[in-house]
Amino acid sequence: MREPAAIIGVGCTRVGEHWESSVLDLAVEACLRALEDAGNPPVRALYVGNAASEILNEQGNLAALLADVLALEGVKAVEVRAGDASGALAFHQACLDVAAHGPGEGAVLACGVEKMTDVLAPEVERVGMLFEDARCTFHSGITIPGLCALLTRLYMDAFGPSYEDIVLFAVNDHRNAVNNPCAQYPFPIKPETIMGSPIVADPIRLFDTPGIGDGAAAAVLCAPEEAPKLSDTPVVVRASEVASGRMNFCEREDMFSIGSLRAAAKRALEAAGVSIKDVSFFEVHNTTSVVGILALEELGLAERGEGWRLVKEERIAIGADWPVNTMGGLKGRGHPWGATGLYQIVEATWQLRGEAGKNQVEGAQVGLTHNMSGLGSLSCVHILARGR
Amino acid sequence: MKPLRPVGIVGYGAYIPVYRIKASEIGRMWGNEGCGLPIVEKAVAGPDEDMTTIAYEAARYALARAGVSPREIGAVYIGSESKPYAVKPSGTIVAEALGAGSHLLAADYEFACKAGTEAFQTCIGLVGSGMVRYAMAIGADTAQGRPADDLEYTAASGGAAFVFGLKSKDTVAYVEGSCSYTTDTADFWRRAGQPYPRHFGRFTGEPAYFRHVITAAKMLMEELGLGPEDFDWVVFHQPNAKFPVKAAKKLGIPKEKLEPGLLVPIIGNTYSASSPLGLAATLDVAKPGDRILMVSYGSGAGSDAFSFIVQDAIEEKRPLAPPVRAFVQRKKYIDYATYVRFRGKLLR
Repeated sequence: MREPAAIIGVGCTRVGEHWESSVLDLAVEACLRALEDAGNPPVRALYVGNAASEILNEQGNLAALLADVLALEGVKAVEVRAGDASGALAFHQACLDVAAHGPGEGAVLACGVEKMTDVLAPEVERVGMLFEDARCTFHSGITIPGLCALLTRLYMDAFGPSYEDIVLFAVNDHRNAVNNPCAQYPFPIKPETIMGSPIVADPIRLFDTPGIGDGAAAAVLCAPEEAPKLSDTPVVVRASEVASGRMNFCEREDMFSIGSLRAAAKRALEAAGVSIKDVSFFEVHNTTSVVGILALEELGLAERGEGWRLVKEERIAIGADWPVNTMGGLKGRGHPWGATGLYQIVEATWQLRGEAGKNQVEGAQVGLTHNMSGLGSLSCVHILARGR
Repeated sequence: MKPLRPVGIVGYGAYIPVYRIKASEIGRMWGNEGCGLPIVEKAVAGPDEDMTTIAYEAARYALARAGVSPREIGAVYIGSESKPYAVKPSGTIVAEALGAGSHLLAADYEFACKAGTEAFQTCIGLVGSGMVRYAMAIGADTAQGRPADDLEYTAASGGAAFVFGLKSKDTVAYVEGSCSYTTDTADFWRRAGQPYPRHFGRFTGEPAYFRHVITAAKMLMEELGLGPEDFDWVVFHQPNAKFPVKAAKKLGIPKEKLEPGLLVPIIGNTYSASSPLGLAATLDVAKPGDRILMVSYGSGAGSDAFSFIVQDAIEEKRPLAPPVRAFVQRKKYIDYATYVRFRGKLLR
C-alpha cells in the first residue's frame, strides 16, 4: 500500500490560557515553528482545522487569513471543520493533497487551532454541543459531560468498576503530561484529588474533564519519497482514515461501541499493513476517562468491559504493554478542540523521532492517533511510523 | 508619587457589620457541598445598614483616633461600588452626619474595589498641597453578588476611614510614597441600572488581579529603591483567600507579613474597604518604625500601591477606638433565607 505522506516538521504552542494571543496569533506561532523545524521549504497548500472560531472569536475564513499572514499568498488554503475532530481531519486532507500531487511540488502545511478563552465556560459548553445532533441532544439541554456521565454510570453498572477505578485514566494522562513542555497541566494528580473536585454531572468530577485551553499545533508534509532529502528524521504517514458513526450513542446497537473508531482503525491498520500488536504507543481521544477506556476496548487492546482493568493495572503507562497518551492526552496536555488532533500528530512525531525526552517509548516504531468529534460522530485514525 | 510636603495618617477607624453567613450555607443553597469554597464566611450588612451608615461608623472611629474636630475636616471622599443613590453623593450624607460643616469638599469615587485608595491619593494630594488641613478618605461597601454566582460567596460588607494631615508627631504613620498602575481591562463590571456585576471568569486572575497588583508593587519599590524584604507588613486587595497569598509568593514575600491584614477568609471581600480594612488591621499590630506595603486592586483595572512608615503616635492613639479584631469577633450567624431578606434580594 502506498504511504500517503511524510512529516518533515512539527510545531505547537503550549496549551493554556493565552490571554494575550488571538486565534490567529496562536496559529501563526505553531505554523512558524513547524516550518522552521522543516527547514522552511516552499509551501503550496495550507489546511486549517478549527471547530468554532466564528462563534468563539468572531473570526471566520481562517485558512485564507492564515495564508495571508504567513505570506503564503497564492497557495491553496482550505479550512476544515468537524467539531473537535477538525485537527486530525485537516491533517487527513493534507495527506490526501500530498498523495494526489506526488514529489517535487512543494510542502503542505496542516494546522489545528482553537482559542477557547475568549468566551466564558458556559458558552464553551454550549458551543461544544453544537457539534452534536441538535434534535435529540443539544435541544434537550444535556452537555458533553452530561453524556459522559450517562456513559460512565452505564459502564459502572455493566462491568463493575467504581468511578475511582475509571478516573485512573486521567491519572495516567497527568503522569505523562509532567514531561510535556506544551502541556496545560504538567503535574501529577492523585485519584483522591479528582474524587474531591466538584461534581460536573454526577458522577463526573471536574478534574476528570479536559480544561478549557487555547492552543495550536502544525505539521509540514511532503511526499514520502522526497522526505529523506528534506529531513534527517522523517516520519511516515502509513495510513490516514476517517469514518463517521451514529451521532447519538443512545441509538447505537452497543452503547459502549464507538463505531466510527472501529471502522477507521480497521481501515487504517489494513492500509498500513500492520496489526495492533505492532503499534508501539497510542494517542486516544479521552473526552473523559470513560471515553478513553472505551477507545482502548474499541482498538482491541482489551475485551469489552475490561479496558478499565488495563488502566488499573497500569498497563497503559510508558514502559508497560500499551503506552497510551504518552504526552498527556486530552486531560493532561489539554483539549483545544480543533487543535487536539494535530497535537497528537506532533507528539507522535516526537516519539517516532526519539525526541520525547523522559517520556520516550523505547524503540517506538509505529504510533496510532485517534481524534474524534463529540462522543464518536466522526473518528480520524492515523498510523505513523519512523521513516526509513 | 510623593506630596510636596510629607503627609501622614492622623487617625483611622474600621467598621464591620455584625451579621455573618458561612460560605458553606451559600454552598448548601446551590448544591456546592464544600468543594473549593473561596472563604469561610462573610460579613453581611443588616436591614438598617447601607454603605453610608457603614462609612459613618468607620469615620466616627477615625475621628476619635485623630483627635480632630469634625469641623476641621476639609474634604470627605468615599470610594464605593454600592452607593445608595446612583445620582446623589454619599460623601455629603456622611459629612453631614459627622457634623463636618459645609465648608467642605465632598465626592464619591468609583473604581471597583480600589475606589477607597483612590480617595487616599486625593486626600494626600489635597493635604500635601496645603489646600486643606485634614482630609478624610473612606472605603466602604455592601458588595453585590448575584445569587448562585461565584461572587455571592465573597461579596461582603464593611468600611474603613482614614484622616490625613501633614506629617507630625500626631500622625500614626506617614506616606513614604505611592504609585498607580492603570489599564483598560474588562475583567469585572456592572452596567448602569443593573443590580449585579458580571465578571469574566478566570480572566480576573492572571491578566487582571496579578498583573496589576504585582506591577504596581514593583513600580513603587523601584521608585523608593526598596525590595520586598524592606517591608515589615504587606496588605493586598483580597477578593478571595488565595489571590493575596499567591501575589505575595510571586513577589517573594513570606505569608506571615500578610497575616494581620488578611481578613477575607473570615469577613469576605469588602470591595472598596478590602485593602483599607487590611491596613487598619495591620496598624492595630504594627510597631513604630515598621514599614507597610499596601496595594489595592480595582477591576477595570488598576492598582494603587502605598508605602507607610509607622510612627510613635500609634501607641497612644490605637486604644482610642475599637481594633478591627473586635468587629471581626463580634458576630451573629444568619441563614440563607435571612440573608435574602436583609439584602433585599427578593425585590431585585
